[in-house]
Amino acid sequence: MERTIATTTPYTIGAAPFRPGDEPDFGGAFVHQPGDFYRPDPLTCTTSDTKELAAGLVRVLNDGGEAIGEWNPNLDDETLIQGLEFMMRLRIFDDRMMKMQRTGKLSFYMRSFGEEAIAIAQTMALQEQDWLFPSYRQPGAQFVRGRDMVSMICHCIGNTEDNVRGRQMPVHYTWREGRFISISSPVGTQFSQAVGVAMASAYKGDDEVCISWLGDGTSAQGDYHYALNFASTFKPPVILNVVNNQWAISTHASLATGGHTFAERGLAYDIPSIRVDGNDFLALYSVTKWARERASAGLGATHIEVYTYRAGAHSSSDDPSAYRPNDEFKCWPGGDPVERLRQHLVTRGVWNDEKNHDLEKKIDDEVMTAYKKACEFGDLASGPFPPASTIFTEVYETVPWHVQEQREELGK
Amino acid sequence: MVKMNMIAALNSALDLQLERDPNVVIFGEDVGYFGGVFRVTAGLQNKYGPHRVFDSPLAEGGIAAIAMGMGLNGLRPVAEIQFADYIFPAYDQIVNEIAKLRHRSGGEFWTPVTIRTPAGGGIKGGHHHSQSPEAQFTHTPGIKVVYCSNPRNAKGLLTSAIECNDPVIFFEPKRCYRGPFYGDPHNVPTWNDHPDGEVPEEYYSIPLEQAEIVREGSDCTVIAWGTMVHVATKAIEDSGVDCELIDLQTLVPWDRDTVVNSVKKTGRCVIVHEAPKTSGFGAEMSASIQERCFYHLERPIERVTGWDTPFPHSTEWDYIPSPSRIAEAIHRTQEE
Repeated sequence: MERTIATTTPYTIGAAPFRPGDEPDFGGAFVHQPGDFYRPDPLTCTTSDTKELAAGLVRVLNDGGEAIGEWNPNLDDETLIQGLEFMMRLRIFDDRMMKMQRTGKLSFYMRSFGEEAIAIAQTMALQEQDWLFPSYRQPGAQFVRGRDMVSMICHCIGNTEDNVRGRQMPVHYTWREGRFISISSPVGTQFSQAVGVAMASAYKGDDEVCISWLGDGTSAQGDYHYALNFASTFKPPVILNVVNNQWAISTHASLATGGHTFAERGLAYDIPSIRVDGNDFLALYSVTKWARERASAGLGATHIEVYTYRAGAHSSSDDPSAYRPNDEFKCWPGGDPVERLRQHLVTRGVWNDEKNHDLEKKIDDEVMTAYKKACEFGDLASGPFPPASTIFTEVYETVPWHVQEQREELGK
Repeated sequence: MVKMNMIAALNSALDLQLERDPNVVIFGEDVGYFGGVFRVTAGLQNKYGPHRVFDSPLAEGGIAAIAMGMGLNGLRPVAEIQFADYIFPAYDQIVNEIAKLRHRSGGEFWTPVTIRTPAGGGIKGGHHHSQSPEAQFTHTPGIKVVYCSNPRNAKGLLTSAIECNDPVIFFEPKRCYRGPFYGDPHNVPTWNDHPDGEVPEEYYSIPLEQAEIVREGSDCTVIAWGTMVHVATKAIEDSGVDCELIDLQTLVPWDRDTVVNSVKKTGRCVIVHEAPKTSGFGAEMSASIQERCFYHLERPIERVTGWDTPFPHSTEWDYIPSPSRIAEAIHRTQEE
């Protein structure tokens, strides 16, 4: 998409394409169609072989729900249905959590609405030993790795069963067993840390890849550029995704960069770079699998721009109607990622309304059951919370005297 | 005088500065079109144009560096760091660059940057939306550190900060944006009923380096800044002790004379801050007070602070100094 400009005097200030009151119109369709781009051999591909992929948009699913072109990962029905289930689960889970927030049972929440395919398809394309170093918009990866929803909700509440003991804000999950590394609020810090994780895997000789994500807005942070340069220099097994969902709270990508695509930045670092339709489950899966093959073969990093649209608010504290048209996401050419995979399964003849309804009902019940179970361990409105003594533990490996004294002073 | 909350008062200060000085520019994350996540800059882009009030890319290090560059070339930038917890990517630019420019260039260059940043806890913000990192900057020569506590002083102090030719870090206690906080999360008063919610609409300033005696008293000096001024007010009421409460307002350079005169009068002192105890600004004050009031002190100087741990989410009310912890400290100073 072309950058929109508010003024070029005395210096250039970008503008969002549409503001409240405007009639949003993204032209109806993407310029690039499935089948437009070749799939280079991951084991021989050079950075310059990816120039067109970085400027273009890799897609697999067309508007009719068919899988087209060299990037089709040719997944079996079972895998695709599993992917659909994970995405539906995330959406239903998010809606339930948002209701909890609105009724005072959670302090805060962030949905993945419109971006459900990203962490789910990409994590499904990886191996279970691979490390996930997410931002706050990739909680869906935990479903792929089998995390119990009760445990996730307990974290969001910060109750007595929260595995991080009520220390972090909701959605800042940590789950070592699933190799899902602790989420931090300061944006982008994980990106360069992920390069370090991958260098450790390479050092130990383990077949592990580390994948990380940050947003279009966050790619202005130094940590993004450190990550690309270190990854370019040391070539460890890392997959670096810029999730371009157009919006960093109220700041549109047009105000965040004067460049062209985010993917193309990787080319200057001599890192093969691809821009992919972030609402296309199959394209995401395929591109990530390709990147993992390169990483696993010792060929280093891949830089991916995941092109999508943040359909929901930034968080429960945000009101997007103050800075963009309310229904803007409805005309996003990428459509709804859940609906697109569903349509593909219908086209394949393995999915129908009845199956969909049954699955939705099953997930609804599971989420409701998990929610009730989690609330038994305390909710924000009425507690109980972890004991105050948890303020003082795990600051250091053992509690030093000065912290111990303060714990005794609090007397709880 | 009109009723304003702290957000409106800060907005008014910024508005008047933009009007009075064409070299004032404001930028930061979400501050332009949207008017800031806390709405402090609401309406200013519309009034003054997108080149004077604009959204920056999300990079605190970049924001500080661009502010330094603008400032050394004649502008008077007011940058916002969305949460004080996010100031650390800018730390190098602030500590090594902005703070040292005047000195390192033999006075040939300086940069009158103001960095506004919401700080402190009480909003269920967990580790990264609750910290109060003033001591990380009071330890940096070359930069002034201000911490407002109510709408009236927020406007007057921000005006002075912007007009100051030295760089200033301006902390805004986000818990008090819409009302004072007396330590009870279930009691949510507004500024409407508070005398400091009466703010002049017109231009005024409150000098930096000047503390304010919020309440005169004879038996104990209580020193606080930001949200803790209000928590301490409640603690003093609860304690029944005739305390003198000082709102420090500017931490560097701090108003030592006002503090020393008060402690000489009362012979007792309690310092309250949200930030952790170790190397907190209370430690600096305590050392300075004992240097100057040694023969007047009847009891050891007390510090009531956040713990030496990260700021928690679920258990934040056990972290933030409470009226009861402060009152206990006040009582300890009254023991014979």
